[in-house]
Amino acid sequence: MTTVSSAEHTRRDFLYIATGAVGAVGAAAALVPLISQMNPDASTIAAGAPVEIDLTPIAEGQIVKVFWRSKPIFISHRTKKEIDEAKNVAVDSLKDPEPDSARVKSGHDQWLVVIGICTHLGCIPLAHQGEYDGWFCPCHGSQYDSAGRIRKGPAPKNLPLPPYKFVSDTKIQIG
Amino acid sequence: MSGNSTYQPQSKVLQWFEKRLPIGGLIHSSFVAYPTPRNLNYWWTFGGILTMMLGIQIITGIVLAMHYTPHVDLAFKSVEAIMRDVNYGWLLRYTHANGAAMFFFAVYIHMFRGIYYGSYKEPREVLWILGVIIYLLMMATGFMGYVLVWGQMSFWAATVITNLFSAIPGVGDTIVTWLWGGYAVGNPTLNRFFSLHYLLPFVIAGVVVLHIWALHVAGQNNPAGIEPKSEKDTVPFTPYATVKDGFFMACFLILFAWFIFYVPNFLGHPDNYIPANPAVTPAEIVPEWYYLPFYAILRSIPDKLIGVLALFGSILILAFLPWLDTSKVRSGRYRPLFKQFFWLWVIACIGLGWLGSKPPEGIYVILSRLFTLYYFAFFLIVLPLLGFFEKTKPLPNSISESVLGAKA
Amino acid sequence: MTNKRTIIALAAAGLVAGLVAGTAAPAAAQEHQVPPPAMKWSFAGPFGKYDEAQLQRGFKIYKEVCSSCHSMDLLSIGSLADAGGPGFTAAQAAAIAATYKIADLDDKGQPIERAGRPADHFPAPFPNAAAAAAANGVAPPDMSTLAKARGYQRGFPTFLFDIVTQYQEAGPDYIHAILNGYKEAPKGFTVPAGGHYNEYFPGHVIAMPQPLADGQVTYDDGSPQTLAQYSKDVTAFLMWAAEPKLVQRKRTGFQVMIFLILLSGLLYFTKKKVWSAVH
Repeated sequence: MTTVSSAEHTRRDFLYIATGAVGAVGAAAALVPLISQMNPDASTIAAGAPVEIDLTPIAEGQIVKVFWRSKPIFISHRTKKEIDEAKNVAVDSLKDPEPDSARVKSGHDQWLVVIGICTHLGCIPLAHQGEYDGWFCPCHGSQYDSAGRIRKGPAPKNLPLPPYKFVSDTKIQIG
Repeated sequence: MSGNSTYQPQSKVLQWFEKRLPIGGLIHSSFVAYPTPRNLNYWWTFGGILTMMLGIQIITGIVLAMHYTPHVDLAFKSVEAIMRDVNYGWLLRYTHANGAAMFFFAVYIHMFRGIYYGSYKEPREVLWILGVIIYLLMMATGFMGYVLVWGQMSFWAATVITNLFSAIPGVGDTIVTWLWGGYAVGNPTLNRFFSLHYLLPFVIAGVVVLHIWALHVAGQNNPAGIEPKSEKDTVPFTPYATVKDGFFMACFLILFAWFIFYVPNFLGHPDNYIPANPAVTPAEIVPEWYYLPFYAILRSIPDKLIGVLALFGSILILAFLPWLDTSKVRSGRYRPLFKQFFWLWVIACIGLGWLGSKPPEGIYVILSRLFTLYYFAFFLIVLPLLGFFEKTKPLPNSISESVLGAKA
Repeated sequence: MTNKRTIIALAAAGLVAGLVAGTAAPAAAQEHQVPPPAMKWSFAGPFGKYDEAQLQRGFKIYKEVCSSCHSMDLLSIGSLADAGGPGFTAAQAAAIAATYKIADLDDKGQPIERAGRPADHFPAPFPNAAAAAAANGVAPPDMSTLAKARGYQRGFPTFLFDIVTQYQEAGPDYIHAILNGYKEAPKGFTVPAGGHYNEYFPGHVIAMPQPLADGQVTYDDGSPQTLAQYSKDVTAFLMWAAEPKLVQRKRTGFQVMIFLILLSGLLYFTKKKVWSAVH
């Protein structure tokens, strides 16, 4: 230890840094399973597969609640009056402006499918209540119209639309 | 963890903090500047390995508890769901299950090392007894964790082990019913075992802190068994001991990983992949390998009460070791007779482990009795007498002399 | 002097008596078990993998033969499409799922049977263990973990070598041997009613009648339709059912091993460097 050349020094420093770096990589890799395990597991993902809903039993004017990925989905069979109300609103006056055509699938105006979770703080709004022929959230008084759009109250956004498609005229697939 | 530290942080903020809570100084004096004997061999790295294993068990255990359900109808299914569905669940569970075995493997080496080098002797008696307490807590924790799987072996191990307490005269059956929370091992038993299995590792961690505290008061023993006399006899913990511990930890992890990834079910029993069935006892009930020596001691004695007393006595006797060993010389290195008796005792322990897995009949029973007899004789006869009769080898004058002398 | 001797003799006699007491118990408790022949499995060893075609054939046997008595309820049908498994596509697994009838409730809470979905578990042939036992004499074991729940004593010192050779196939070897172990009972061996002679079953009397025979299941891939082939295929399938993450495990294991050897090597040289100052 009396004389240490600088080359010796560099070699030693490189060894220390390499060891530390490899150790740090290992520690980071060990974190992957510990973090990943909290994500939905295979059975949860499998249970979240698309579901098919038969629309025939839903009468005009009726709103049913189904579940997809543990979320309530409202399927509203709208009346002529509800459709007209939804279409005749001035889109610009809305808090979250969206025309009715963006809320339903074209050719299926009578069917509104929305995720039944209030965009304020996650409560489930009550159907056929409030001033707009739509939904009323009992938690903080948000009101949605017959197209599921926010009209009054603290909620910032319209009720979100789940991914879905019409398999036939009387059957939809959610997811 | 000694009192006054010369540690002085460079940053102003840390200086401010250090004045109010001198935690930096505590860490510095305990794990950086702390003088360790310079002659420690690799057997001394197992303390660090054990700390690592406790950490691994606690972390994987907390994670597994996020997915496990302690209910008789769901426990086995939830464990299998962890193995099949949870992301990396198979890795976490195999790590935890094999980690328990590795933890015990390391603790046995740690204990054998302590006994061989006389690490329990004055002034380290309290340090040693704290270690015995940790070991007892580990046994309880490991046993209850094994039950949680709720396979056939889990269920019948729970039945057999809790029934040990029925040997207590008079109140035995009352105590067993109390332990079960019912008239047999059942859902209440599983629930309380889960609760305690989650609690005890943190109790272990607490006693480990005391164990390390006591270690830092007395200082580490070393292969020469003599106290450091000058600065020449010691080296600072960091980097010397840390890098040495780190190297051997990595080697230990290779062994550990071999079991996790290549032979994960080697140490388990196939019957524990059969869901618990209170109506059918398996053909042979065998505990996990790390309990086998004690199981052999239990079965070697034909009387129930004496058998149970011998089982518990074989563990508790370790706590009295500092006073049973009468020799003035610490290290087995300078005790030629002790050395022979010690290795014979190690053979007896391993032999008992092997016998614990064998059916209790014929030659196996006779061998179990011989080994049990020697196990106790080692503590109660050999060690007390050896101190008076043994002619020990001369001790080196100092640790540095023992190192240099060995080299010359 | 004589006194002392007597005492020692008595003590020794007592010791021997104590050691021998209770050892006269019957030594025939352990039935002799014929060790199953060790087979070559594609999933053995550090780089072991399941053979997809073999697992698909094994699944066919399970579906056509085993599943009429044995449940396998810890597995979801969709797991047939999982990585490292039989290699069915998600669409194939969904089609297989649809062939099963799953008990469910309709909107009005009435019990119905609907077509299976990938998330459903394989339905059991009997409603519960008691019904299974009543129909079969003994309840046929669930097959989800069967390949890990069976094995045989390896004995000393073989069991120690198993750590190094990575032998983890005692379960598959045993199941394969049972499927091939149905024989005429030797002379003088009486098989009780409801039992069947099997060379490899402990005690030789098994409740299950011979489940597989040559030509019983039709293979689509041209593999031989023999008991020898069936027994290998269905055993491999059961191993996958019990250990579906085996391929991932061994692959991760190899990466971890390389990493740890590198880390240990670096730490070894670091340690040498650090300690060179004091030696």
